[in-house]
Amino acid sequence: MTTEWQPTASIETLRERARLLARVRAFFAERDVLEVETPVLGHGGSTDAHLDSLALTATTPQGRERLWLQTSPEFHMKRLLAAGSGPVFQLARSFRDGEVGRRHNLEFTMLEWYRPGVTLDELIAEGDALIRHVLPGDPGPLRRRRYRELFREALDLDPFTAPLEALRARAETIGGLSMRDADRDGCLDLLMSLAIEPQLGQGGIDVVVDYPASQAALARKHRDPEDGVEVAARFEIYLGGLELANGYDELTDAAEQAARFEADNRQRQALGKPHVDIDRHLLAALTAGMPSGSGVALGMDRLIQLALGKESVAEVMAFATPRC
Amino acid sequence: MATYSTNEFKGGLKVMLDGDPCSILENEFVKPGKGQAFSRVKLRNLITGRVWERTFKSGESLEGADVLELDMEYLYSDGDMWHFMRTDGSFEQYAVDKKAMGDVEKWLKEQVVYTVTLWNDNAIAVSAPNFIELEVVETDPGLKGDTAQGGSKPATLSSGAVVRVPLFINEGEVLKVDTRTGEYVSRA
Repeated sequence: MTTEWQPTASIETLRERARLLARVRAFFAERDVLEVETPVLGHGGSTDAHLDSLALTATTPQGRERLWLQTSPEFHMKRLLAAGSGPVFQLARSFRDGEVGRRHNLEFTMLEWYRPGVTLDELIAEGDALIRHVLPGDPGPLRRRRYRELFREALDLDPFTAPLEALRARAETIGGLSMRDADRDGCLDLLMSLAIEPQLGQGGIDVVVDYPASQAALARKHRDPEDGVEVAARFEIYLGGLELANGYDELTDAAEQAARFEADNRQRQALGKPHVDIDRHLLAALTAGMPSGSGVALGMDRLIQLALGKESVAEVMAFATPRC
Repeated sequence: MATYSTNEFKGGLKVMLDGDPCSILENEFVKPGKGQAFSRVKLRNLITGRVWERTFKSGESLEGADVLELDMEYLYSDGDMWHFMRTDGSFEQYAVDKKAMGDVEKWLKEQVVYTVTLWNDNAIAVSAPNFIELEVVETDPGLKGDTAQGGSKPATLSSGAVVRVPLFINEGEVLKVDTRTGEYVSRA
């Protein structure tokens, strides 16, 4: 008899999950952050060259339209900020094509929140508080780690100044694959994934800051005080070797945002990936004016996995993708 | 042969890597927070039996390997090669060389069904059933009454394997043996 119909999480785990989600809502209620629900579908998708969006065709009053399943609720939430919502949070179902594995599921729950007028450091502190509020035990101290420092320590390489050939050679040795055509970010992504990430968040919560400017995504950029190299005002939180959260000092400049969307689509084309419709509503909202501030997206399923001591996200989801 | 992309890699899939047929054991999807995705893959080289760990860029593909694992009954050895026959009614026979036989040589018994791995219709590996019943051809005389006490002695089985058996076992007895560990299980 087949057991494929059964949930991938036990009923007991689903009870625990519900309890943890309630803790998250209580955390934000106490801090006067408004819970919102935004659509999983949008007229624009994520142009990020390394995110693959799912799209569908729907019948609307406008006729047959292509709509994109959102890879995170970011664009809609930013439009709320521009409309004057003040601080908002959401537990949003998000979709990323092709991402299935121990730490990934095609659709997953993103905890995303935005705080107008808050600095990146203040948001890091709040992210740390949220994680501690959800975890049953003490995860250890919060440690701030600079991206280039991590590469220097683990690999004796400076990610900003090492020659591309040196990055490729290290990536090839560590990954056992050809990186002949890889660009700097491709090499850095591989080294980060294989050589650095597994050691992060052991015995404490690690916050990685000062990413290369080329990996800014939707974050602002600034000069590194050490030597003036341009870095992204972005952070990632790691615990137990898992990447839990990704935060930005949010880009509010509409023209710069439009340029990044276009650049993303050019990169997609170079990689042979399909063009993604740009979110015109977001650009219009930024033109109208979005308050400066910080925002962060946290993989809720991973946090629940850590809180409950499970080995995979599938074990904390009712029906993981292979059984959906 | 078809090609398979990293997102189709799953346990048991047979692919070609560096010219050798391999069986995928594990495929882990890895991705830094923002950035390129990779697949960290463990594969068993079906020729050497060694396990390789390789990283692939997400979306890369490998050629499938024409590998079949078939049930075959052991018939006989001609001194150079070992001969097996399919159990599906086709009576098709395959000759297996010493390299492909590997350790299984010491667990051979006529009419027992083994799993033979074929690559491009050539036998490249043989695996024995987990448990097999073999006769003791040589061991020290059994100790009467010693059925519960510990202690063991070597016994040579009809296939040539030597296993540790309890002291009460005698020549001519048929034993059940675990071929994975080479350990005595019980009298058959």
